[in-house]
Amino acid sequence: MTSAVELEGVGKVFNPGRADQVVALTGVDLTVESGQFVSLIGPSGCGKSTLLRLVADLVPPSEGTITVAGKPARKARLDQEYGIAFQQAGLFDWRTVQRNVELPLELRGASRAERRERAREMLDLVGLADFAKHYPPQLSGGMQQRVAIARALAVHPPLLLMDEPFGALDEMTRERLQDELLAICARTGTSTIFVTHSIPEAVYLSDRVVVMSPRPGRLTDVIDIDLGPRGETTRQSPGFFAGITKVRKALRAPSGVSA
Amino acid sequence: MRRLLAPVLVGIGGLALWELVVKAGRVAPFILPAPSAIWEQFWLSREVIWKTGLASGTNALVGLVAGAVLGILAAMAASRFRLLGEASIPVAAALNALPIIALAPILNNMFESTSSIPRRVVVAIVVFFPVFVNTLRGLRQVDPTHRELMESYAAGGWAFTRLVRLPGALPFVFTGLRQASSLAVIAAVVAEYFGGLQDGLGSRITSAAANTAYPRAWAFVVGACVLGLVFYAAALALERFATPWRRSA
Repeated sequence: MTSAVELEGVGKVFNPGRADQVVALTGVDLTVESGQFVSLIGPSGCGKSTLLRLVADLVPPSEGTITVAGKPARKARLDQEYGIAFQQAGLFDWRTVQRNVELPLELRGASRAERRERAREMLDLVGLADFAKHYPPQLSGGMQQRVAIARALAVHPPLLLMDEPFGALDEMTRERLQDELLAICARTGTSTIFVTHSIPEAVYLSDRVVVMSPRPGRLTDVIDIDLGPRGETTRQSPGFFAGITKVRKALRAPSGVSA
Repeated sequence: MRRLLAPVLVGIGGLALWELVVKAGRVAPFILPAPSAIWEQFWLSREVIWKTGLASGTNALVGLVAGAVLGILAAMAASRFRLLGEASIPVAAALNALPIIALAPILNNMFESTSSIPRRVVVAIVVFFPVFVNTLRGLRQVDPTHRELMESYAAGGWAFTRLVRLPGALPFVFTGLRQASSLAVIAAVVAEYFGGLQDGLGSRITSAAANTAYPRAWAFVVGACVLGLVFYAAALALERFATPWRRSA
């Protein structure tokens, strides 16, 4: 079975050969197994968002190879092998909630009946079936983000890419959406790469937490988290706190030591 | 209901004050006729006002549609080709600075005196600028998240324009159309002051004034005012119909 994502010797340099040249990433090797939930965490400027965009083929790599669902990243994007969600929900104000979710299917040439059915299924999944006919400006921030997740999952992609999707939400909404996301991933078997700068969020959600450091951006540590099925007590469990401590230590380690 | 009450009260109060000042101050009618005199003339000339208003309204509408379509197409071209976009703003500004007063007599002489085209061309030119500038601004504002999202869907150029750029620019287009709707009526009426076919409100205002029939001239001005309001209200209604997502936000 092929892994969901494979990165080998990936590096990214912006504005190469110019005065404002920036080495955003260097020497990244990472494998995300099918069905795994992997978080990327690190201080701002460590290239975690760039790494996500490399996997999404929104930014071309300067070196190395990126394989998504067994294909080159570009082919994977053209085949819509992943769904993506950003910190801004990025919904289209002029489309109803339902038609927002239908958009990726529409671009794929799916029939109207199929689009409608799939949108319904996705909105059920995120608990917003009653809001199908609403326009995005009528929804709260948390609801908008749930629509964005529904949209990202609409084509049933094997991979979900998320760039701080809960970053702009309040803590209560955030924790509820984390649980919803885990339930959705478990039900659909989707692999996930999740960018965050919240340590508890990374630990709670992930099977593995990838710790990154800046200048130049690189992976410094990979921490396996084994909390079993998440539930109400997980956030108070010793294992959860142990995970948080481990990640925090890895983030504090002087760069280069723990790699 | 309350939102309507305030302007109606202010309007009635203003008219009453106007009537009082003219009657008590014995203001000469060539300076300012009383509202009651204007209303009397309005009622007497209602059929002519309707007919000439229809002629002016048709000119304004044809010019408005033509100018708006051209403005939107030009903005689409200018946003698509960078060089064209950079070059087009000063050209459009120059076009906007062009006074229709300077243009109307020339256009009137270019066509036959029975032609409605000159007035409609004047309207189209006046309308073009606000529609062009606002639409271009709207087309250029694309949410970076939307851009990345569409790229992740591997959406082509036309799909991007159709699904993101155009609907995103719609509120801006309507801002331009709202400004243009009043301008269109003004242009259609004023263009007639400089010759050409004399079947609209403008010609009646000049001829009534020339015959010292001031209350009648004012009655036609009121007609032009009503026509302008109708155009503005229609633009507003069209905007509400076409951008339903902005209604209840």
